[in-house]
Amino acid sequence: MGKIDNDKVINGEGYQLTTLDKAIGLARSNSVWPLPFATSCCGIEFMATMGSAYDMSRFGMERLSFSPRQADLLIVAGTISKKLGPILKQVYEQMAEPKWVLSVGACASSGGIFDTYSVLQGIDRIIPVDVYVPGCPPRPEQIIDGVMNIHKLVKKESLRRRYSSEYRDLMKEYKIEMKDPDVK
Amino acid sequence: MLNNEALLTQLEGLFSSNILSAEINFDLLTVEVPTSKIHDIIAQLQKDENLSFGFLTLIGAVHYPDSTDREFAVVYHLDSWKNKVRLRLKVFLPLSNPSVDSITDLFPCANWMERESYDFFGVIFNNHPDLRRILNEDSMDYFPLRKEYALEDGTREDKDDRFFGRV
Amino acid sequence: MNMNKEKEALYNSPSEFYNSKETIDGDIATINLGPTHPATHGIFQNILKVDGEKIISSEQTVGYIHRAFEKLAERRPYNQITPITDRLNYCSSPINNLGWHMTMEKLIQAEIPKRVDYMRVIIMELARIADHLICDSVIGVDTGALTSFFYPFQEREKIYELYEEICGARLTTNIGRIGGFERDFTPVFHTKLKSFLKTFPKAFNEWDSMLARNRIFMDRTRGTGPISPERALAYGLTGPNLRAAGVDYDVRVMHPYSSYEDFDFIIPVGVNGDTYDRWMVRQEEIRQSVRIIEQAYGNLPEGSYKADVPEFYLPDKADVYNNMEALIYHFKIVMGEMEVPAGEVYHSVEGGNGELGYYLISDGGRTPYRLQFRRPCFIYYQAYPEMITGQTISDAVITLSSMNVIAGELDA
Repeated sequence: MGKIDNDKVINGEGYQLTTLDKAIGLARSNSVWPLPFATSCCGIEFMATMGSAYDMSRFGMERLSFSPRQADLLIVAGTISKKLGPILKQVYEQMAEPKWVLSVGACASSGGIFDTYSVLQGIDRIIPVDVYVPGCPPRPEQIIDGVMNIHKLVKKESLRRRYSSEYRDLMKEYKIEMKDPDVK
Repeated sequence: MLNNEALLTQLEGLFSSNILSAEINFDLLTVEVPTSKIHDIIAQLQKDENLSFGFLTLIGAVHYPDSTDREFAVVYHLDSWKNKVRLRLKVFLPLSNPSVDSITDLFPCANWMERESYDFFGVIFNNHPDLRRILNEDSMDYFPLRKEYALEDGTREDKDDRFFGRV
Repeated sequence: MNMNKEKEALYNSPSEFYNSKETIDGDIATINLGPTHPATHGIFQNILKVDGEKIISSEQTVGYIHRAFEKLAERRPYNQITPITDRLNYCSSPINNLGWHMTMEKLIQAEIPKRVDYMRVIIMELARIADHLICDSVIGVDTGALTSFFYPFQEREKIYELYEEICGARLTTNIGRIGGFERDFTPVFHTKLKSFLKTFPKAFNEWDSMLARNRIFMDRTRGTGPISPERALAYGLTGPNLRAAGVDYDVRVMHPYSSYEDFDFIIPVGVNGDTYDRWMVRQEEIRQSVRIIEQAYGNLPEGSYKADVPEFYLPDKADVYNNMEALIYHFKIVMGEMEVPAGEVYHSVEGGNGELGYYLISDGGRTPYRLQFRRPCFIYYQAYPEMITGQTISDAVITLSSMNVIAGELDA
């Protein structure tokens, strides 16, 4: 590496000491690609959030990824019925690690007012959720707040978290197969 | 324009013996007809040039668990744009044999409404081209809108029935 | 005879020619459009059989967000059903709310002041604008014009602000009460509505002129997903989709409610029933809605904002705190102890995408015995396979978005 040239540092571009975790976290958190899994009413509020008045692109999120393979963040907005549950789980399994889940609205978080025979009582019964946004439907400000909380999580996440035994146990609890179990 | 009284007179002229009962219920004429005749009656109402009930508004079923041999009602709402009048037709079916003729050959839009009634109540529509469940999963083994089945999901542990007035 | 090789082969042996053609076109492939396809704007599944890009047949699966509204309604007191109706067609929830209130008013035979009717008309027409704006802007997105999503959404937010001024909510509004409204229009609402009526037509026309005679947009949408008036009627299409096919059925005119007969407006109809006509009919309906709002607001009658039905109208909060009788009524209504007459009612309103009906059976108990919704989407979505057969996959996508199929309403 060689000796740091003081002159170059002071008069030049400068440098900052940080850890790899933090640098990657910073980069990741400002370029999250969301996959909107919008089913019902909350989906319309999500559209309003993407629209010109609230403008999600301020958070580096204007690029919606409709393919689960390239998405980092699964935004589940709306009621998930028991018929739709397996499909949601499949979409989650198709996403590559690291991945986060934002549950928007009361229905996705807990079933909401629909405590009925056909509605899944919260998506956390089939996939792990990172941030819950309350509201029926939440206002766009609330959705943005949820997204910013996701950003905080992304920013401070350790690079080793996804390989930790706790994370693997969590996945086992949800009966989700890890793709690369050999990595220590 | 045709008012309900005039409509009833015309209907009585057309199918006198087949009208089991008739009443005017909040600006809508309700007529009960025999289950076996419903297909023919609707076909005739559709074809009749004076009445011309050419638009099927709604098909739905109702469950009356307490009335013996009349457990299910299938309710048809027809609309005559020519006369600006609506008509409600009702047939009653027994629990032992809840089946009625399908009217999908007269109105293609009846297809899903009949499937929905089958899905919710288990009403069988004879000659229906594709009588399967529509809204619920195929694996469901009961008919959820029948009165004896519970609304709730039943898997939630955070809800204490005592606080919701259900003991 | 001067024939090219292809024609010659056809004349010599037709069967052999077509067999060879088939292998050139490739085998029939089966494609899953949905349930989470990004272009379907909701959870719809269509299993398409395609020959190249041409759709041969399609099979639909619905019910992915079935929420059991009708069962839920059987367990809820009457004034708690309004929030369920919100979630039917959530693009225009005020129409659903007010339609339900009108159904109840028919059952209890309440006399509604003219002012309430006019206030309702203003709100319902605002909701219709909001609904059509979403649908038309999404058609723009699916044909490749993302601007047509951002631009009208700016205006749509103003309608949300108006809702907020009336009831405090944006999307699932739960607007009004059985018998009228919780309060009169506020002064802020008046200012906002006036400025909306002034600015909206200009912004709308600007957006409209971007697409209406746009060569690319017209080539893309004309002839896609057409339906004939006969088939449209057979499939029970209502609303803008039916009118685009050339049938002028509108519940507001055929079975008027809420004093719609007082207003002068035109029912636009299309000719071909294709995507372009559906788009144009909606655009014109937005203009007519603005006209209706102007008329209703200009002639807003003096009077009360609520009907005199204390047994059913949830009393004002101030009265509940200060007035014994109001407190009793409040308690009775909230606990579902209203004395509702037994009977059967069918009432329908012209919703955002067609005839939205409520078939209510009351046995005099605290909850409806049965409440069935006539959900226009559910009925007209059956026509979809017929409309896209013979079209290409990309046409199927814009046909779906131009039909304005709302998953919440479809699956109940």
